[in-house]
Amino acid sequence: MTTKLFGEPVRRREDPRLLTGRGRYLDDLGRDALAAAFVRSPHAHAVIRDIDVSAALDVDGLVAIYTWEDLPDRLAEPLPLLIPHPALTHGRTAYPLARERVRHVGEPVVMVVARDRYVAEDACALIRVDYELLKPVVGVEEAAQSAQLVHDDVPGNVGARMVQEVPSAGGLDVREVIEDAPHTLAFRLDIERSASTPLEGRGVYARWDADDSSLRVYSSTQTSTSVRMAVAAKLGLPLPKVEVIAPDVGGGFGVKIVHPWPEEVLVPWAAMLLNREVKWTEDRREHFVSSAHERAQVQFVRVGFDDEGRVLGLEVTILHDHGAYTPYGIIVPIITSTQLPGPYRLGAYRVEFSSIYTNTVQVTPYRGAGRPQAVFCMERTMDRIADHLGLDRTAVRAVNFIQPEEFPYDQGLIFQDGRPLIYDSGDYPESLRMLKELIGWDSFPAEKERAAAEGRRIGIGVGCYVEGTGVGPYEGGHVQVTSDGRVHVSTGLTSQGQGHETAFAQIAAAELGVPLERVSVVTGDTRRFGYAVGTFASRAAVMSGNAIALACRKVREKALRIAADALEADPRDLEITDGMVHVAGTPGAAIPLATVAVLSNPLRYAFDEEAARATQFAGAASFDRPPVPEGDEPGLEGRDYYSPIRSTFASGMHAAIVETDPLTAEIRILRYAVVHDCGNLINPMIVEGQIHGGVAQGVGGALYERMVYDGHGQLLNASFMDFLMPYATEVPHVETAHLETPSPLNPLGIKGAGEAGVIPVSAVIASAIEDAEGIPIDKMPISPSELFDLRRAAS
Amino acid sequence: MAERTHDITLVVNGTVRRAAVPGRRLLSDCLRHDLGLTGTHVGCEHGVCGCCTVLLDGEPVRSCLTFAVTVDGREITTVEGLADGERMSPVQRAFAECHGLQCGFCTPGFLCTVTALLRDNPVPTDEEVLEGISGNLCRCTGYQNIVKAVHRAAEIMAEES
Repeated sequence: MTTKLFGEPVRRREDPRLLTGRGRYLDDLGRDALAAAFVRSPHAHAVIRDIDVSAALDVDGLVAIYTWEDLPDRLAEPLPLLIPHPALTHGRTAYPLARERVRHVGEPVVMVVARDRYVAEDACALIRVDYELLKPVVGVEEAAQSAQLVHDDVPGNVGARMVQEVPSAGGLDVREVIEDAPHTLAFRLDIERSASTPLEGRGVYARWDADDSSLRVYSSTQTSTSVRMAVAAKLGLPLPKVEVIAPDVGGGFGVKIVHPWPEEVLVPWAAMLLNREVKWTEDRREHFVSSAHERAQVQFVRVGFDDEGRVLGLEVTILHDHGAYTPYGIIVPIITSTQLPGPYRLGAYRVEFSSIYTNTVQVTPYRGAGRPQAVFCMERTMDRIADHLGLDRTAVRAVNFIQPEEFPYDQGLIFQDGRPLIYDSGDYPESLRMLKELIGWDSFPAEKERAAAEGRRIGIGVGCYVEGTGVGPYEGGHVQVTSDGRVHVSTGLTSQGQGHETAFAQIAAAELGVPLERVSVVTGDTRRFGYAVGTFASRAAVMSGNAIALACRKVREKALRIAADALEADPRDLEITDGMVHVAGTPGAAIPLATVAVLSNPLRYAFDEEAARATQFAGAASFDRPPVPEGDEPGLEGRDYYSPIRSTFASGMHAAIVETDPLTAEIRILRYAVVHDCGNLINPMIVEGQIHGGVAQGVGGALYERMVYDGHGQLLNASFMDFLMPYATEVPHVETAHLETPSPLNPLGIKGAGEAGVIPVSAVIASAIEDAEGIPIDKMPISPSELFDLRRAAS
Repeated sequence: MAERTHDITLVVNGTVRRAAVPGRRLLSDCLRHDLGLTGTHVGCEHGVCGCCTVLLDGEPVRSCLTFAVTVDGREITTVEGLADGERMSPVQRAFAECHGLQCGFCTPGFLCTVTALLRDNPVPTDEEVLEGISGNLCRCTGYQNIVKAVHRAAEIMAEES
């Protein structure tokens, strides 16, 4: 690398567009498109007896009304179960429009297409659906014990049950180990529902070109390539006739990886049928009741440990509430159960989860994807052990850490990608040392005493995590240098604010030795790159970053070969600096990369002056070989893929100091410290931003955000007025320090960073409140009223 | 029956714009869909998130809680009107410099809010900045760099005045 760009806090190239109102989000497109709106079920559980649309037919501007009965062939089938798993014995997915039965408030029943959204909603309001109400199943424990079924053919409401067990080194199973341990504890933990809630909801805009029999779909999605395949399959179109583009996307955080949403197949279908552009933009209430939630789990923990706090055996049983359907399989509880051991070497481990149907919105990954629950469980356990033994909480963690020389470390589990869960690298003792220094762990007891003397209650908490990032199967990159010297990079996965246009440009510019300004990056556009998986699991930088680097290396090799011919030099003596290929140490002998691009493409026609150099009478051609030699291709471009053997494991540790008001029980975070290790950093400014945002979401999940369902399955707080996303006034200043333990698994030595910030926050805040109050905290989120009640119960 | 419309005239970013809107048309929809100024975003349609904030006669308002007909004849500044030609305003430049945005969806609302904030209070304290932006939600940044950007914008404005 001749240009120092990798690792620099380069300013984002997305920003000028987004700061001046020139971003193009889904609803900014298709100004003349018809609008779709949906009649959604107001009931959590009901049979549809009749749908009467007659009153809506006179609405001026109405174009069409569709119910399930109107849907053809494959559209009338249930939506795909995206991630099948042998343990998911009773996977169920929804129909695009409800067929006979609705299973949660918000399920789409009727689609209306009209001149604009106002008119479409007028028509929706006039459609009468006759429901026969059924008893709703709400709450995961109630569902697990209920005779009432969400799906008639799913006994006990159990979608999946899965066990993973790692016996002790001596071959004993976990229960024996715990029985024999010097100390044992058993307790229960609860985590409530939250959700991604990106500020831009979902949305789909479809254009059918009848002359060309082709379909272009824009979707606010985290995976345009897979939406494309789903749409082509559902509508029976040849794949090359469908293109899907993720335009600027206003946040995803997991919810937009689910696909195809009902609207993603219905809107393109309507556009084809009507031969008109059709658009649907989700409103906020729709997002609350018809997209996806996450987090809710009940965990039962048994742990056996020795006098120093070493975990000899850990047994966790999890009830996981996956809502009414399982389009994304059981990825969330699999991640919880496999990421639970964190940075620790557990003597023996057994985890069992049951994934349960309820008449609520479906549960699919939200940033962290099951890890916040896992870390809450493991870290609460560490704190309980420390409390039981009267040891420092960090000392108990330290005695359990996997040591730096133990990598690669096999946890003996099968991870979410179906591959062995083997940690590639890390340095947990150093992380903890850095964290304790950053927050001032050792001097805190004195600080706490001083505060107590002033009548103030403060507490400190800590939480550690390991995050499997960069899961496969693959991503690809395409890099083309055109004859004007510009470098065009494309990759198939999508962007939702992570700064990919900048980070990927940094990688390409550094690999190719060209100025950053020459590089442009396109993501999530199937017209440019058709093979991809998507953006989730903190994988974009690892997967596409490495794929782009590998593609650049192909281009560089070809450029050096062509330039060596032109300069009559040995390619091994050449390097590229500032877009010039030159002989190292000989400044005079140089050729611009732009010219190399011209020479790479033998021409018959000179479309401009530069191109004339590559035409057939320009001389210098060898008559002994064809203009494009065997095995070569015209053009200075390269494509490559990165497909890792397994995930790479990032890690981190957080600490917080909180103050609780002795009278009102108000909880305030005074300080928040993060030590983060995601291997080599491409752009530290962007990584820090990801951490800040993750912590803020974690603070929301710890203190403010929850989905409040009543016994009828009504979501009582389906608005930003009542679902309390934190404002600037609720989020603490985050102090960060980076440790860089490169991954040995990929060429750039990087690990994912997107989700990390959110993962340990509930555990950390619970730990700190517990320290301040001296009352066990085993349920999150926690509100001042709940803390107040805990105080009363404890006294 | 066709919906009755009202002819209104708005001065948007210094340009006189006319539209025929039904009485129930939200200002946010009028700006976005009738006038094509899609920089103003809609995040909740109930006045909580602040994405739709525009300046009405210089004061920040929620365009999703404002009927277009009620602002006939008034002056409106949207995110598209903050820059001076191709040169971004100090607030816009500060957001870029401090990485005060990620997905960018909430950003136009913050930019309008902060533009008015710094006009009224050119050297705000930390508390005043937090208070000033506490009506705008951001799901990406955790606000830390937005707070930094507001202070930086104040500095740039002082340097350039």
